[in-house]
Amino acid sequence: MRKRLHKWRLISIFAILALALSGCGKPFLSTLTPAGEVAQKQYDLTILSTSIMVLVIIVVTVIFIYVVTRFRRTKKNENKIPKQVEGNHTLEIIWTVIPILLLLVLAVPTVSYTFNLADVGPMKQKDKQGKTKDALVINVRANLYWWEFEYPDEKIITSQDLVVPTDKKVYFNVKSSDVKHSFWIPAVGGKTDTNPEGENQFWLEFDSKSAAKVKNQFYGKCAELCGPSHAYMDFKVRTMSQDDFSAWTKEMQNVKKPVAQGDLAKEGEAIFNKSCIGCHANTPNDSRPEKARTAPNLATFGDRERIAGILQHNEENLKRWLRDPEKVKPGNLMTGKYQKLSESQLDALTAYLMGLKVEQ
Amino acid sequence: MSTIAQKKGFGATVWDYLTTVDHKKIAILYLMAGGIFFLAGGLEALFIRIQLAVPNNDFVSAGLYNQILTMHGTTMIFLAAMPLIFAFMNAAVPLQIGARDVAFPFVNALGFWLFFFGGIFLNCSWFLGGAPDAGWTSYASLTLNAKSHGVDFYILGLQISGIGTLIGGINFLVTIVNMRAPGMTYMRMPLFTWSSFVTSALILFAFPALTVGLFLLMFDRMFGGNFFDVSAGGNTIIWEHLFWIFGHPEVYILILPAFGLFSEIFATFSRKRLFGYSSMVFATVLIGFLGFMVWAHHMFTVGMGPIANAIFAVATMAIAVPTGIKIFNWLFTMWGGSIKFTTPMHYAVAFIPSFVAGGVTGIMNAVAAADYQYHDSYFVVAHFHYVIVGGVVLALLAGTHYYWPKMFGTMLSEVLGKITFWLFLIGFHLTFFIQHFLGLMGMPRRVFTYLPNQGWDTGNMVSSIGAFFMGIAVIIMLINVVVTQVKGVKVGNDPWGDGRSLEWSIPSPPPFYNFKQLPLVRGLDPFWIEKMEGKKGMTPAEPLGDIHMPNASFLPVTISFGLFVAAFGILFHVDDKPWALPVMIIGLGITLVSMLIRSVKDDHGFHIHKEDLENEDKGVKA
Repeated sequence: MRKRLHKWRLISIFAILALALSGCGKPFLSTLTPAGEVAQKQYDLTILSTSIMVLVIIVVTVIFIYVVTRFRRTKKNENKIPKQVEGNHTLEIIWTVIPILLLLVLAVPTVSYTFNLADVGPMKQKDKQGKTKDALVINVRANLYWWEFEYPDEKIITSQDLVVPTDKKVYFNVKSSDVKHSFWIPAVGGKTDTNPEGENQFWLEFDSKSAAKVKNQFYGKCAELCGPSHAYMDFKVRTMSQDDFSAWTKEMQNVKKPVAQGDLAKEGEAIFNKSCIGCHANTPNDSRPEKARTAPNLATFGDRERIAGILQHNEENLKRWLRDPEKVKPGNLMTGKYQKLSESQLDALTAYLMGLKVEQ
Repeated sequence: MSTIAQKKGFGATVWDYLTTVDHKKIAILYLMAGGIFFLAGGLEALFIRIQLAVPNNDFVSAGLYNQILTMHGTTMIFLAAMPLIFAFMNAAVPLQIGARDVAFPFVNALGFWLFFFGGIFLNCSWFLGGAPDAGWTSYASLTLNAKSHGVDFYILGLQISGIGTLIGGINFLVTIVNMRAPGMTYMRMPLFTWSSFVTSALILFAFPALTVGLFLLMFDRMFGGNFFDVSAGGNTIIWEHLFWIFGHPEVYILILPAFGLFSEIFATFSRKRLFGYSSMVFATVLIGFLGFMVWAHHMFTVGMGPIANAIFAVATMAIAVPTGIKIFNWLFTMWGGSIKFTTPMHYAVAFIPSFVAGGVTGIMNAVAAADYQYHDSYFVVAHFHYVIVGGVVLALLAGTHYYWPKMFGTMLSEVLGKITFWLFLIGFHLTFFIQHFLGLMGMPRRVFTYLPNQGWDTGNMVSSIGAFFMGIAVIIMLINVVVTQVKGVKVGNDPWGDGRSLEWSIPSPPPFYNFKQLPLVRGLDPFWIEKMEGKKGMTPAEPLGDIHMPNASFLPVTISFGLFVAAFGILFHVDDKPWALPVMIIGLGITLVSMLIRSVKDDHGFHIHKEDLENEDKGVKA
C-alpha cells in the first residue's frame, strides 16, 4: 500500500515537472527566456542557485529515503530499544562546513551582480545643457493603473507603450505619483519599485535577436498591489533598432498639433477638446508639470498595442472603455470625470482617437 | 472549588471556560478559536483559488478579491497560526518543565481573550463596509489611499490581538525561566520548550515594532497624523521597515515551535534520543538571533542600494546553516532508530522534504540580484507557502494528533488521520509546486485575475485543484475530531507508548494541578530514563503537601471586551458619528474599571489540601 502511494507521488511530481518544462512560459513575458543582459544575468544566477539547491535536495533525499525504509519498526523488532546516541562531532562539523562552502560559492556572484545591476554611472554624466552625455534615460512614472514614459533629453512624453532601442543600455528613473507600484518587464529584467517619495534608478538592455522572436514586443507588469485594478496595470514594450528609434524620436518631436482626418474625426476632436483635454494631452511634447499630467498622454493612441493596457486594440473595445471604464478597470480614476457620451459622440471620438498616430 | 470530578451542565462548562486561568483549558480555547479562524482563512484560500482557476474569471470582483487575499494572509498568520502555536505551548510547556501552571495564569487568560476579541473585531469588518484590502503587509501608501474602513479594522484588530500575543510571550519567558521542576536544567529541557522559549523572546522583541507601526498608521488614518503622508513630508518606506522588522522574526516565531514539535515527534517515534541535542539548541537560538538581522530581504526592490542589498543577502544566506544542522540532526535521530509510522510521524517525515524545498527557495530569494525577478511574483508565493504550510501547518496538524490524547484524553483515529495526511500532502504539493514556475513565467502575486494567452492557464488550474484536496483533508480531520469525541475512549498516561518527556508521566488529561508532587528530573528525556530503569512514573522531588492554586476570574474577558468596544468608537470617530466618542469612553471605562478591580481586590487563590490529594486514588478528571 505504502509503496504504491510512494510511486504515485513520484509520478505526479514528474508529471508536473514535465508540464512546467515543456513550456518555459511565453517568450514575451517569461523570466526563463531572458531577452537582455540583465535578465540573462538573473537567469544565470537562478540556474546557479537552483543547481546548488538541487544538489542539497539530492543529498537530503538519499539519506531520507534510506532512513525511512531501513529503520522501520516491524513485528520482529517491536521491542527493540535502539542505542541512545547523543551526537557525533565529526558529522556535525561536516554538515556545518559544507553548507557554508556552498553558500560562499553563491554569495560571491550574488554580491558582484547586485553591484553590477545597480551601476547607473552613465546616466549621471550630464553635458552643459543638462542633457545626459552618452546614454538614453527614460523617466517612468507609475499612476493608478497606467504608466507614463518621459524621455527628458528628447523632450517627449508617451504613455502605456514604452518604446526603446535594442542592444544598448537604457537607463530608467522610476517613481510613483500616488501609491507604490513596481515596474517589471519579466523577460528583460527584474523589477524596481516605484515609490511615492523619490526616484529609483536602474538599467536594462533589450536584445535585438530575442526581440525579433517576439515581434519586437514585450509585456510589462505592475508587481506591487496597488488597488482593485492592480492585475490590469499592464504595459507593452516596443523595441526597435537604434536607427528606427532615432527616426521615431524625430517624428515624435515634430508633432506640433494632431490633425483630425475627415468630418467624423473633426467632430470627435471637438468633443475631445471639450471633455478630455483637461486631463489627456494629445501631443508628445506636453510641457505641463507632472502634477497636471493626471491621465495618459494620447498622442500615439492610434499606434498603441492595447486599449487601457489590456484590451485588444480595436474600435469596439475603445467604445466599450469610453462607455464605462469602471467595467473594464475597476477603481480607475477616469470613471465619472466626463459626461455620458451618446453613441454618435462615441463614434466621433473613436474615429478621432484612432487617428492619433505619430508613426507613418 | 472541589477536586472531585463532577458532571457539569452546559452553562457551567461555558462559564468555566470563560473564567478559567488553567493553562490546559486556555490551550483548548486557543485550539478552538485558532481552529475556527483556520477554517475561515482556508475558506478564503479556496475562494482565491476558485477565482484564479481560469483566466478572466468573475467569481469575485476585483475589490472583493483584494479583501479576501488580505484577510486570508492576516487571518492565517495572526489568527490561526499564532494561536495554534500558543495552544500547544500552553498544553505542553508547563507539563514538559514539570510546573503546575504558567507563571501568570491571569495574564495567560488575558492574552487569549485579547487575541480573541482582536480577531473578532477584525472579522467584523466583513459586515461593516468591507474587509481590509491592502494586503497583510498593508503598505502605507496603499493604506492611506484606502477609502473604506477595512484597513482601520486591520490596524485596531491587530493592535488588540498583538497585545495579547506580547503578554503571552512574556508569560512563557518568565514561566520557563522560573518554574522548572527540580533538576530540569536548561540543557535538559525538551526541544519544544526550548523553541517556545526562543519564540517568546522573539515575540518580546518583534511585536513592539508592529505595535509602533500600527500606532503611527492609526494616527495617520484616524487622528490626522502625517508619518506616512508623502505630500506632507512623511515617508512610506518607514512602514515597510517597521513592518518587516516585526514581520521577518514573525516567520521564525511560527516556525521555531514547529521545529520543536517535530523534534519531539522524531525522538518519540524513533525511540531515540534527539541526535545532537546541544547543537539543536544552539541552532534554535542562532536562528532566532539571525532572524532579526535579515528583515530587509523583503525589500530588495525598494531601492536601498547595492550595499544594503548585498549585506542583507549574505546575512539571509547565513540562516541556511543552522537550519541545515537541524535537518541533518532530525535525519540522524531516525538513523538507527525504531521508526513507528503513526499519524504524527507521517507529518514529521513528510515535513523534511517539504520544508527543505521551501528552505532552498528561500536561499534563492536571498540572491538579491536574482530576487528582483522573484520578488512579488508567484515564486515568492510558492516559497512562503512551502515554509509555512510545509513547515508550520504540517507541524500544527502533527501536533494536534500528537497532543490530542494529552489535551482531551482520547486518541484521534489513526486511519482517518492518515487519510487526512495523504490528501493534505498531495494537495499541498499540487497547489504550490507549480506556482514556482508561474512566478518565473512572469505572473505577479496578488492579481485578482489574469488575461489568457500568457502561458499561465494550466498552472493555475492545477494549483486550484490541489487546493481542494487540502480542503477535503481538513474536512476529514474535523470528522475525525467529532467521531473521536463522541466515542470518547479514554487513554492512559502514555498513549503513544514511547513518551520521553514529563507530560507523558501524568494522566491524560492531567489533573488541574498537573503534578501531585513535583517530579525529580535526572536528565534529558526524564520519563524515558525512569522507564528504562523499570519504574512506572517519576520519582517525586518533594513530599506530598498542600498545593496553592489561582482562582478563576472573569476579568480577562471584561478587560478585552472593553478594548473591543472602544475600538469601534475610535474607528467610527473618523466619520463624525455622534455615538463614536461615548462608545470609545464606555469601552475604555470597562477596561480600566476591570483593571482597577483586579488591582485592588485581594485574590490569594486557594489551597488543595494534602488530605484531599491523599484521598484520590484514581486520576482526577477536572
